[in-house]
Amino acid sequence: MSGAHDISHLLAGAMLVTSFALLYQERVASVLNAFAAQSITLALAVAWTAWSDNRPDLFITALIALSLKGIVIPLALRRMVERLGIHRQVEKVVGVGPALLVGLALTGLAQALVAKVATGTASHAREALALALAIVLLGFLMMIVRRNAVTQVVGFMSMENGLILAATGARGMPLVVEVSVAFSVLIALFVFAVFVFRIRERFDTVDIEALDRMRGDRR
Amino acid sequence: MIQPWQLVVLVPFAAALLLVAIPSYRAGAVVNVIASALTLATGGWLVVSDRLVGDYAIIDELNIVFVVINTLVGFTTALFSAAYIGHEIESGRLSPAFVRFYHAMFQAMMGSMNVALIANNIGVMWVGLELATLITVVMVGLYRTPQAIEAAWKYFILASVGISLAFFGTILIYLAGQPALGEGVPAMTWSLLHGVAARLDPAILDLAFIFLLVGYGTKVGLAPLHAWLPDAHAEGPTPISAVLSGLLLNVALYALLRFKMLVSAHPDALDPGQIMVVMGLVSLIFAAFMLYQRRDIKRLFAYSSIEHMGLMVFAFGMGGPLANFAGLLHMAMHSLTKSGIFFAVGHIAQAKGTQRLADIRGLSVTHPRLAVLFALAVLAICGLPPFGVFMSEFLILTTTFARDPWLALLPAFGLLVGFGALLLRLQGTIFGEPVGPSHRVDGSFVPVMLHLALVLAAGIFLPPMLVTWFQRAAELLG
Repeated sequence: MSGAHDISHLLAGAMLVTSFALLYQERVASVLNAFAAQSITLALAVAWTAWSDNRPDLFITALIALSLKGIVIPLALRRMVERLGIHRQVEKVVGVGPALLVGLALTGLAQALVAKVATGTASHAREALALALAIVLLGFLMMIVRRNAVTQVVGFMSMENGLILAATGARGMPLVVEVSVAFSVLIALFVFAVFVFRIRERFDTVDIEALDRMRGDRR
Repeated sequence: MIQPWQLVVLVPFAAALLLVAIPSYRAGAVVNVIASALTLATGGWLVVSDRLVGDYAIIDELNIVFVVINTLVGFTTALFSAAYIGHEIESGRLSPAFVRFYHAMFQAMMGSMNVALIANNIGVMWVGLELATLITVVMVGLYRTPQAIEAAWKYFILASVGISLAFFGTILIYLAGQPALGEGVPAMTWSLLHGVAARLDPAILDLAFIFLLVGYGTKVGLAPLHAWLPDAHAEGPTPISAVLSGLLLNVALYALLRFKMLVSAHPDALDPGQIMVVMGLVSLIFAAFMLYQRRDIKRLFAYSSIEHMGLMVFAFGMGGPLANFAGLLHMAMHSLTKSGIFFAVGHIAQAKGTQRLADIRGLSVTHPRLAVLFALAVLAICGLPPFGVFMSEFLILTTTFARDPWLALLPAFGLLVGFGALLLRLQGTIFGEPVGPSHRVDGSFVPVMLHLALVLAAGIFLPPMLVTWFQRAAELLG
């Protein structure tokens, strides 16, 4: 079955590429596009695992990833950005160059960590895990180096994409967990949306910088 | 026949569904108190019922301690919150529309915490803790002031990151268990994993524990992952501050302890105890110094919670029956005392119309009864005898001293620093010239007094039954 693993690695690798693409976008709209591309790739990867491992329950996870994170959420966020007139440019804490370099280092770290650890498990499972960990870490990085609320949401959801990839890569992990992940994304989106709207009520921007001025103890 | 552990989960969730349908605030408050009392009763039933290890639930001496504290403080908080939220609505700080789902969320949060506590499946445990966290995020933002939104946003971002890392750790544990237990549910069942722990791959266990420590440690409020905690405590409604400090931190600590048991059962895996000792000490000493700079009364006690969680993590990190016993006792005492303090702080904030420490002065003149209760509660958390916190802190320090005299200096130093800060603040609030407006307090002091009485009773005489129970739980922890 090495062909099956080649394809799943290809898809996981494509997700990693979109993770890097998320880091160098200049416009919020392109960030959302890159995120949609990542989620659709995730849906393909999960569907491939479902088919090749003969685990039909995973098709549900793939469907959730495709419909919700590939289509509905990016569209909703885009409409929000347009309606609220939020800055169309991505506001950066760290420039593109350094962010990409740190991203590369994190990817290397993920490979090194997993390679050192999982000596007992099959090599293909190890590689899939390393790719998933790299995607999680890059999502984390995105939450740190991008300031705007919408881009932070995207960073968080990209992290969740990596988690779902890891969970499906672990053979036979019960469906309970996958549903819970999808569930958590739903709630997370709900909470995020509520917040973004509430923030809008109080401020003219959805820039986290504006919130930092509201720290209670620092006045 | 229905089992008590099913009821501990079902009662809160059923109550939450019922409460969604009740629009009136007053009726909701009554149902909330009744449901919490029922949950407390089922918690008591759990103590006397048989221990069990099932596919879904595990009931052993360890998690019963947590469930009982959870249901007890949940009940007293429901009592406190009935009067508190009523006052907030009357004074116009909250509009009834926002508290429409407050009680339903409160019950759902209690239910999710109980799920996390009794689950034998590490995935379900994660879901319970995550659900409880998300509900508290919404509740922290309840006042909708810019500060409250900032606090809730920060809490949400940090908690989500923590939760994601903990989930990755959970996947790693599953991968470690898979070769020994096969695919599917068994490799996620904690008791089975614990049974075969010595045969798991130690390298995966190491990596998993690091992720779990950082993930769940964020929710325990360990420094340097604590940034969400003071904001969330200060800006949310006071009943939620009490539940956050008294219960949610415990549940996260419980999850961490379960994984510590798992990893330390393997001879070649890293020693989780040492890492926990270091993280606990850093949190303890850091928070003790931070206490001096606080200007907000709820922030002050939030940092005090970080300090005490640090001490507990230190005690559990030391390990051994005696240190674990002391850690468990300290957890129980801290939960009761700290939620009692937050109740008192809630009354004070309503009486003075502010949370700024500079504007809270001379309570002994304006509100003598409240001042006495608050002073007693603060002295209790400072670790003065005859309160229970003194006993547990004393036990932790003496056990450490017996094992490593030099190491014992560090927690002792941290506790003294914290002691000084709290005493300094206490003096300012109780004595001096009253400033600013002062309103009558019409809430009931029963919850505060109940907590203080329990802490005092535990400090004077700990029933032998309770001692043997905690000892058995401490032995489980290893």
